[in-house]
Amino acid sequence: MSAYRLDYLDQLESEAIHIMREVAGQFEKPALLFSGGKDSITLVHLALKAFRPGKFPFPLVHIDTGHNFPEALQFRDELAATIGEKLVVRKVEDTIKSRQLTEPKGKFASRNALQTYTLLDTIEEFGFDACIGGARRDEEKARAKERIFSVRDEFGQWNPKLQRPELWNTYNGRISKGENVRVFPISNWTELDIWNYIRRENIALPSIYFAHERKVLAYEGQLIALSEFIQLDDTDSVVTKKVRYRTVGDMTCTAAVESNASGIDDIIREITATKTSERGETRIDDKVSEAAMEDRKKNGYF
Amino acid sequence: MDLLRFITAGSVDDGKSTLIGRLLFDSKSIMIDHLEALERQSKNKEDGEIDLALLTDGLRAEREQGITIDVAYKYFATPKRKFIIADAPGHIQYTRNMVTGASNSDLAVILIDARHGVVEQTRRHSIITSLLNIPHTVVAVNKMDLVNYSQDVYNNIVIDYAEVAKKLGLKDVRYIPISALNGDNIVEKTTSLSWYEGPSLLDILETVKLEDDIDLVKARFPVQYVIRPQTEDLHDYRGYAGKINSGIYKKGDPVTILPAGTSSTIKAIEHNGKEVEEAFAPQSVVIHLEDDIDVSRGDLIVKNEHQPRVTNEIEALLCWMDQKALVPGNKYLLQINSKQVRSVVKEVSYQLDVHSLEQIASPEKVALNDIVKVTIKTASPVAYDAYQELRTNGSAILIDETSYVTVGACMIQ
Repeated sequence: MSAYRLDYLDQLESEAIHIMREVAGQFEKPALLFSGGKDSITLVHLALKAFRPGKFPFPLVHIDTGHNFPEALQFRDELAATIGEKLVVRKVEDTIKSRQLTEPKGKFASRNALQTYTLLDTIEEFGFDACIGGARRDEEKARAKERIFSVRDEFGQWNPKLQRPELWNTYNGRISKGENVRVFPISNWTELDIWNYIRRENIALPSIYFAHERKVLAYEGQLIALSEFIQLDDTDSVVTKKVRYRTVGDMTCTAAVESNASGIDDIIREITATKTSERGETRIDDKVSEAAMEDRKKNGYF
Repeated sequence: MDLLRFITAGSVDDGKSTLIGRLLFDSKSIMIDHLEALERQSKNKEDGEIDLALLTDGLRAEREQGITIDVAYKYFATPKRKFIIADAPGHIQYTRNMVTGASNSDLAVILIDARHGVVEQTRRHSIITSLLNIPHTVVAVNKMDLVNYSQDVYNNIVIDYAEVAKKLGLKDVRYIPISALNGDNIVEKTTSLSWYEGPSLLDILETVKLEDDIDLVKARFPVQYVIRPQTEDLHDYRGYAGKINSGIYKKGDPVTILPAGTSSTIKAIEHNGKEVEEAFAPQSVVIHLEDDIDVSRGDLIVKNEHQPRVTNEIEALLCWMDQKALVPGNKYLLQINSKQVRSVVKEVSYQLDVHSLEQIASPEKVALNDIVKVTIKTASPVAYDAYQELRTNGSAILIDETSYVTVGACMIQ
């Protein structure tokens, strides 16, 4: 490559920084949705590159389901403190109480869908006009169709048939009162791109991404961490395995993978060799139907 | 490793989705669970074969109706390159979708059905490829299996297409015979097409030279955001954050800030928090100027040589993208990079027939998917280049002032 040609990771990085700065330039009250997972940690790293030595023009916002991995929560608080940026936490638990929502029942009752209520309430509480999220188009086929600047109506709904055309690197962030925009700076990154970037930039991650011993429930080919949030039956087989997490979401709907990968290089080797997709291997919530993600997004999910 | 963004153009029957499915499948980029989902859905179809087209149909309505509604992006990588495919659907709103997908593409794969040769669709795809100034074109003559892999059929199509390419001024055109269904010449070369001596499609995608696609001479830096920490130790810090769209900037370069026309010199350039001697497109950087002058979002910092035009009247080819017709005399917001300015579409001089390239003078109505030549007057001067010379500073969108929807794409002339 010539001296003036960027490596693909540099191209993706520059694109993401450009998108974040467009958010800063176009919106009054943006927010960065932060879960403590690797994708949102990567977003924070990119925001540091986009805005330092200035402060972030947005707070980090975590919609806490109450079913999070303690390691991820600890990491979240430490990261926010280290970089000295504002962290807003809003709890699904509180929304359930104040809005008298019905908790899903069942073995792996997940609050994933209820998160949307807390998110929309938080958007209203602070008047956020743009929420930056770490979704990627390679994750899921409905996401493959979503714009980088994705306009949501006052109910947070995504209308896939009425999306604005998005051309060149020109992002239209104009919205009417009540609407807001979800912005996805790492839309064009794949899972492997994220890991290669984490390795290159030496980005710290919560410990659960690396192989560790854990008591898990082996259920229909998936390994679910034992926690107070799932119901065990007499017939369930609980085993101790060496596992790592490929994605970090709710403890109830995120499965672990068996692994000996103790470092980033090992993880990249395993992901390069894997034959199963990230969400397919680890997400229980996508398996409900062929259009599970599309339906959640239409209802305001990020 | 480099990154290639490409678009595939072809109607459903040309086997476009099969081609994409084949590229992903043969380069081992389809995961087992996605394949299993595909098998489950394909069972509902009659022939029992796995329908690779289902891979790109992400929405429920698309799967139910067997159509593609919107541009989908697909990703795959080989040890040589990372690829982003923009898959634009074949029928409804085709022009709008292809223009959208083409706007970020380095290369277009134009599919031709070997049985039908160069048809009206092919011309339309090629005209859009040329209007959007996509640097590289690959003409893939598909379904060679259905014409007994005939070299004569292929050669005749190449001769026909060469004329189209010449008329449109397409620059870098390559030809390849393939069968997406059988995987001939997609990733591997096969004996069925032994008379073809060139590289496989993936070979072409992996090796097409991209180094010259970014203009490193005409330097353009649109300011997105001003970084001003205003803390005690960084009291005087004032950095202009943005992405270099073209060119190379060096510390000490004399620059002009447009549209104001004020002058200054680059005091420092920061890239990823470190000071650097020079930076180039498409890096995102922070630029510091020697002089304390007024610079804000929407301004363009350029080097003094090869400056863009600065006017408040723009001639452009406009692709109309809204259900509501364009009303000449209406006001719109024009956005070029980080700059937004009120504007009015003063005059529609002709409509471009995307099948024949003919110019139809003074069209009665400008509807969705039409491409027209317009004169746009802006409320204040705008700094721009001709799209055919500098894509990144010659492209603009029109935004409806009341609904805020993106209604048009402008290729400035």
